[in-house]
Amino acid sequence: MAGGGTAGGGPRTDTYAPVRLWLLLPAWVSLTILVLAPVSMMLVYSFLTKEFRGGVIWEFSLSAYDQFFCNRGLFGDEPCSIEWTYLLIFWRSIWQAGAATLLSLAIGFPTAYFIATRPARQRALWVFLITIPYWVNLLIRTVSMKFLLRDQGPLNDALLGLGILSEPLSIVNTNLAVQLGLFYSYLPFMVLPIYAAVERYNFSLSEAAADLYAPRWVILRRIVIPAVKPGIVAGCILVFVPSLGSFLAPDLLGGAKTFMIGSLIEEQFKGNAGNWPFGAAASMILLTMVLILLLIFARQQARAGNG
Amino acid sequence: MKKLLHTTALAAALGLTAGAVMAEGKLVIYHWFEYIPQELLDKFAAENDVEIVMDTYDSNEALLAALKAGAIGTYDVAVPGDYMVKIMAGEGLLDTIAEGELANKGNIQPEWADPSFDPGRAHSIPYQWGSTSFAVNRDAYKGDIGTTDILFNPPAELSGKINMLDSQGEVLAMAALHMGIPQCSQDREQLKALNAMLQDAKAHWASFNSDTAKEVLVSGDAAVGQIYDGFAAKARAEGANIEYAFPKQGYIVWMDNVVLLKDAPNRDNAIKFMDFLLEPENIAAVTNYARYNAGVSGVEPYLDPTLATQPESNPPADAGAGVFIEVCDQATQEVYDQIWTNLKK
Amino acid sequence: MAARSYNLRVYPGFRAVTLLCLFVLYAPLVVVTIYSFNASQSITNWEGVSLRWYADVFTGPESEKFKLAARNSFVIALIAASVATTIATLAATAIIRGGRFRLRTWSFGLISLPLMVPEIVTAVATLIFFNAIGFDRGLLTILLAHIAFCIPFAYLPISARMQGIEASYEQAAQDLYATRRQAFTRVLLPLMMPGIISGFILAFIVSLDDFIITNFVKGAGVETLPTAIFGAVKQGIKPNIMAISTMLLGVSVVMVALSWLISRRDNTK
Repeated sequence: MAGGGTAGGGPRTDTYAPVRLWLLLPAWVSLTILVLAPVSMMLVYSFLTKEFRGGVIWEFSLSAYDQFFCNRGLFGDEPCSIEWTYLLIFWRSIWQAGAATLLSLAIGFPTAYFIATRPARQRALWVFLITIPYWVNLLIRTVSMKFLLRDQGPLNDALLGLGILSEPLSIVNTNLAVQLGLFYSYLPFMVLPIYAAVERYNFSLSEAAADLYAPRWVILRRIVIPAVKPGIVAGCILVFVPSLGSFLAPDLLGGAKTFMIGSLIEEQFKGNAGNWPFGAAASMILLTMVLILLLIFARQQARAGNG
Repeated sequence: MKKLLHTTALAAALGLTAGAVMAEGKLVIYHWFEYIPQELLDKFAAENDVEIVMDTYDSNEALLAALKAGAIGTYDVAVPGDYMVKIMAGEGLLDTIAEGELANKGNIQPEWADPSFDPGRAHSIPYQWGSTSFAVNRDAYKGDIGTTDILFNPPAELSGKINMLDSQGEVLAMAALHMGIPQCSQDREQLKALNAMLQDAKAHWASFNSDTAKEVLVSGDAAVGQIYDGFAAKARAEGANIEYAFPKQGYIVWMDNVVLLKDAPNRDNAIKFMDFLLEPENIAAVTNYARYNAGVSGVEPYLDPTLATQPESNPPADAGAGVFIEVCDQATQEVYDQIWTNLKK
Repeated sequence: MAARSYNLRVYPGFRAVTLLCLFVLYAPLVVVTIYSFNASQSITNWEGVSLRWYADVFTGPESEKFKLAARNSFVIALIAASVATTIATLAATAIIRGGRFRLRTWSFGLISLPLMVPEIVTAVATLIFFNAIGFDRGLLTILLAHIAFCIPFAYLPISARMQGIEASYEQAAQDLYATRRQAFTRVLLPLMMPGIISGFILAFIVSLDDFIITNFVKGAGVETLPTAIFGAVKQGIKPNIMAISTMLLGVSVVMVALSWLISRRDNTK
């Protein structure tokens, strides 16, 4: 699948094999120093003893992971039973991020496809049209979105005025609002990678399929989508993964009555709790989960690409 | 690509050469954004020939986290809230102001001269103070609002229309007032009851939101909102028919304070700055700008007259007492953290 | 070829979805624009047309700070996105066009790492790390942090694009005695452009909008637009932020319109 993309690619994709380590060097150096080193430090922190009100004491402790998986009652003195609180928070965030990703894909794919099939001159213009709103700060965008969606807001006024609804839609402070917040935060991250892939799509493949009497929606599903799959996958990663840790827009629209993973972790570093090892442990659990997913995907892709 | 890189390098060179102002000394302030008028900073800079550098944070806890992560030693003064002064002092992040170092220390109003969070004002001076309670939309509810029942056990017409601050300290302190129990209770029955009461109350709440606490009241999306007095006054000025409540069970009082940080690189200027802010004329300028209250004697002649009469600053006779948010010990705090997590799971 | 009654490139409904998408993106911005002209302090209550918030942006007491913050934001976003895009392009070439090798999967994992770690963790960890190695906080620390977490946002569209380009192009070039470098700069890079531009734009908007990490790694006196805006929440959101946003929108729209007009004139010559 992904490796060769459109037909005629041939199996050899090792043009730059002799210099590949040099090409990777800048990424390795910058990411090792600026991301891997700090994150490794957090891994260490997750096994240390918490210092009250933030910080760590350099003494080995598993209490952060114990807190995550073990329910010891309100006063922390009961025997360990399974702690569902944090698993529930994780599950809910995964579900919300997944729903937001599907929503972004449903809107983002047709948009990206439409843009990529415009005349060459117009494409850049469309790409900018999609991204210009993101020059405005997320907080301001989201507050305005909330203003539009509220029960007595312009959207409901318009729908009621046109007679489409008989009662106002309550969107703000619902699960749907959380997904809309995530969707709105990350839409271009879905559209642009798909656009970059579709723009490269060779339409003679569709022609050939049509000549064999394939209906157009079958062509889309069986020919176009597999050919641009790398773009779709990239878009889904770029929406799903950051959505997992995001909380500002979803909290603002969704009412923040329940923690998202992001707000739970934020609370450990910036809230009253001040429990750095627990925040670090929760991040490491999240990281492990996503990393496993991504590595499985990358291996599959590598195998399919060169197999 | 190359051209692009050239252009950005040029832009970088232009952008990063910030104009350096030559001045005798320096003062590095760690402060909330838009909480001090620029003219006041300019005045201090001119009077003392110092260059002022200001950095900003967005919450007391962010201030603490940044200082503990290693930012201590780069700032001279910061402006934490009451309970945070106590926490920072306990963490050894504050320097002690020696007796007699502050010429204007006598200007501090007697009721703020020896607060529970900083006995004897060893590390801090008052900056601004106000209260945190809740405001009710009077179009939605005409009954008595002088009770915390409005938040925790609301009448049917307000249920589902309540916005709480997304802040553990403020929500749990208010809940303690509602139940008439200490803020740092160690009584298991009381804590269990508190946990249960909050679970029930949550069913009546629409949202937890601090950033737009004022906006949801102005737009009418929330009929009741937990809110700071200054925000309630602003919401009213923006046309919302709301009334700020002083419940009979009590309400929260907060005070932001200028503290002298440990290892301050410009300690002398920090002391001068604190003295400067203890002059009635100067601190009144902050009050007129931020719309809260100063803790310094003799500010009245300099204050905007509307401030003195606004209902948010004048509790009625039957109001309960104002209390600070208390700082619990570690074991107690862990139970409260658990209660907060239970509330938001 | 058989005559078809329809255009294969066009799917019914896609245009409608695109317009819906633009509507969703722009509707909140219309609100921003309208309320930037509000006569009152409020961002939810309309009290008549006024330019006071625009005046406030240029002459108000905070105007200098916002101007400096805007400049910092754009300079940082421009440099961070350029550097991140360059690093990502090279890395994608190695990973997609470098054959099979042991480090390939791990390289992909490392590049995706900034996506997977919640921002607050990166923020606190980076601050501790910079302090531990004795690095003074300032514009440079913000810039370095931004470069690092922009890399995956630039990498993914670029690698997606590269996977769609047949290796036969460069092989043909090499068969015609082009060096590897020439095959890269003259053949692969031009074909990659839509992917590179997409990656650059994503990196740019990520950097421009970042608050959490910036808030922790910035030094004293350094503000970016997001830190200024979030900080201002202590006093409530005022329409001056709406006015700044509207002007940013205006500037970007004018720039895009101009570049489009120029490119159109070039093409019609």
